[in-house]
Amino acid sequence: MAEVTEQETDQRHGSVYRVAGAITISRAATTQREIDALPDPLTIDLSDIERMDTVGAWLIYRTVRDRGAKVIGASRDEVSLLKQVGDFDVPTRVVPDEPHNFIAGLRELGEWVAETGATLVGLLGFFGSTLIGFANVIRRPKRFRVNAVVQRFDVVGVRALGIIALMSFLIGIVIAQQGSVQLAQFGAEVYTINLIGRITVRELGTLMTAIMVAGRSGSAFAAQIGTMKITEEIDAMRTIGVSPVEALVIPRIIAAVVMMPLLAFWSMLLALIGGGMFVWLSLGIPLATYIQRLQEVTPITDLWVGLIKAPVFGFIIALAGCFQGMLVQGNSEEVGSRTTTAVVQSIFLVIVLDAVFAVFFSNIGWI
Amino acid sequence: MTNPKDCQPIITVRGLRNSFGEQVVHEGLDLTVCRGEILGVVGGSGTGKSVLLRSIIGLQTPDAGEIEVLGENMVGRNDDEAKNIRRRWGILFQNGALFSTLTVAENVEVPIREYFPFIQPPLLDEIASYKIAMALLPPDAGPKYPSELSGGMVKRAGIARALALDPDLLFLDEPTSGLDPIAAAGFDELIRSLQQRLGLTVFLITHDLDTLHSICDRVAVLADKKVIGVGTIPELLALDHPWIQEYFNGPRGRSAAGSYEEGAGA
Repeated sequence: MAEVTEQETDQRHGSVYRVAGAITISRAATTQREIDALPDPLTIDLSDIERMDTVGAWLIYRTVRDRGAKVIGASRDEVSLLKQVGDFDVPTRVVPDEPHNFIAGLRELGEWVAETGATLVGLLGFFGSTLIGFANVIRRPKRFRVNAVVQRFDVVGVRALGIIALMSFLIGIVIAQQGSVQLAQFGAEVYTINLIGRITVRELGTLMTAIMVAGRSGSAFAAQIGTMKITEEIDAMRTIGVSPVEALVIPRIIAAVVMMPLLAFWSMLLALIGGGMFVWLSLGIPLATYIQRLQEVTPITDLWVGLIKAPVFGFIIALAGCFQGMLVQGNSEEVGSRTTTAVVQSIFLVIVLDAVFAVFFSNIGWI
Repeated sequence: MTNPKDCQPIITVRGLRNSFGEQVVHEGLDLTVCRGEILGVVGGSGTGKSVLLRSIIGLQTPDAGEIEVLGENMVGRNDDEAKNIRRRWGILFQNGALFSTLTVAENVEVPIREYFPFIQPPLLDEIASYKIAMALLPPDAGPKYPSELSGGMVKRAGIARALALDPDLLFLDEPTSGLDPIAAAGFDELIRSLQQRLGLTVFLITHDLDTLHSICDRVAVLADKKVIGVGTIPELLALDHPWIQEYFNGPRGRSAAGSYEEGAGA
């Protein structure tokens, strides 16, 4: 398409902008520049135009409005397009008002404080309603949903066995390898076994499992319940008379509480096997010696420390996941952000509690 | 069924076949859309109305058949080749499909920025403003986010975005679903007036009998995996197909038809 533009400048009559061909969105930037370059009074000659779209019409309309330009040679269609565009000349804002930086910062801080406070209070309230749910189920055991719980056992526990085994096995190898390199500097390589035994059983088995369960199941709880909130399934449950806490939250909490110690034990076992493999293949200590040494240096209280923490962590993970799921409202975007929050919150709480447990068990003499 | 004599085909579908696994959705489907008309597509649930739309706009690759849009063959094109056609159509998805992290005005600007990156922001904002006004949204809708809008406003914002590049062709997927009758009637009117003002061709999927009666020039009926009839509603009624009869002569169909006959008589 030939797109020729002619501009004439004449001191007495001002300038004439004559476009031939098309005045459309694809030439909008050029057209605007050309019009801006011409002095007033301006006349726009449209007699050679073949095609004009709403953007072209807008450019001309705007020039007429702001600079009092005169339009000549417009066909009937072009006149009506210009008029239509003018009809919709309503000032519309495009982006929301941005408040002042300092004020905005203060407001964000305030919102954060209020939200964190509300979340903590809400979590406490949710904890309370879960306890009430448990009490109801205990009083009327018929309301206990065995099928749901068994299904959660499968999802939370059995299906996590593979990934937790792999993770723990590798962690065991890493601890053994890193430990042996450092201890070799003191000629104390044999203490690698103490390191593996005590750290995996007492701390890492449970902690790594908790992090894995938070990422795997805590997030799933939040996403499942959040999606059910959006599709109004939870409202439907309430109207039918089914308590969402009893139907959704309690099975998940039971599953996490029961499965966490089992998975943690599984994790400890695999980490010990991984460490043993390294000790055997790399340091040349026979497996029988490894097992014997492990029994000598790892007190049984270490196992209790690891296993007592596990159900508490499971409870926290399930509670945070279900709580964040229940908080979802509005759009599907929120399911994503609530799921993230659930994982972050549960891992954070797990680590805080782990520190509390560490102090507690040291003080009662389980060193 | 023949097309009107002065029909300039803008969309031509021939021998379309679509299937999902074992299930065949379309088999030998033919359809022509003429320039400047509003074509309504109706059909029972699961007859593949949306699949037909997705095939035409290239989101679904058909098993067989030819699809021509604005004189260009659509099947087997890569994204770059299809770009020139894509800027000549606008699409309103069923739930608006507005980008949730952008304001309404920014949503309207997205296609313009994509195709014409040299347009300066002030002009861009002005273009977005009058597209928003054209879709009859209130002026304060521009800086709002999609989550702050009502259902009807989401659809209007979707129309504003579809119109961003001055398309020749507008695809609407159930534009009035989920709207109350007053909003739906207002939306029908908006589609009609935009079509007349801008000389658009409209391809419209709908379940809304009122929309069919009030604004559609022709109606295409999907059943038995193909288009069983295209024409004005009286022409379709003459076909004597059981589904068509039940659709237009069922209780809802009759009341919708009745109200438009009364309207015409008054």
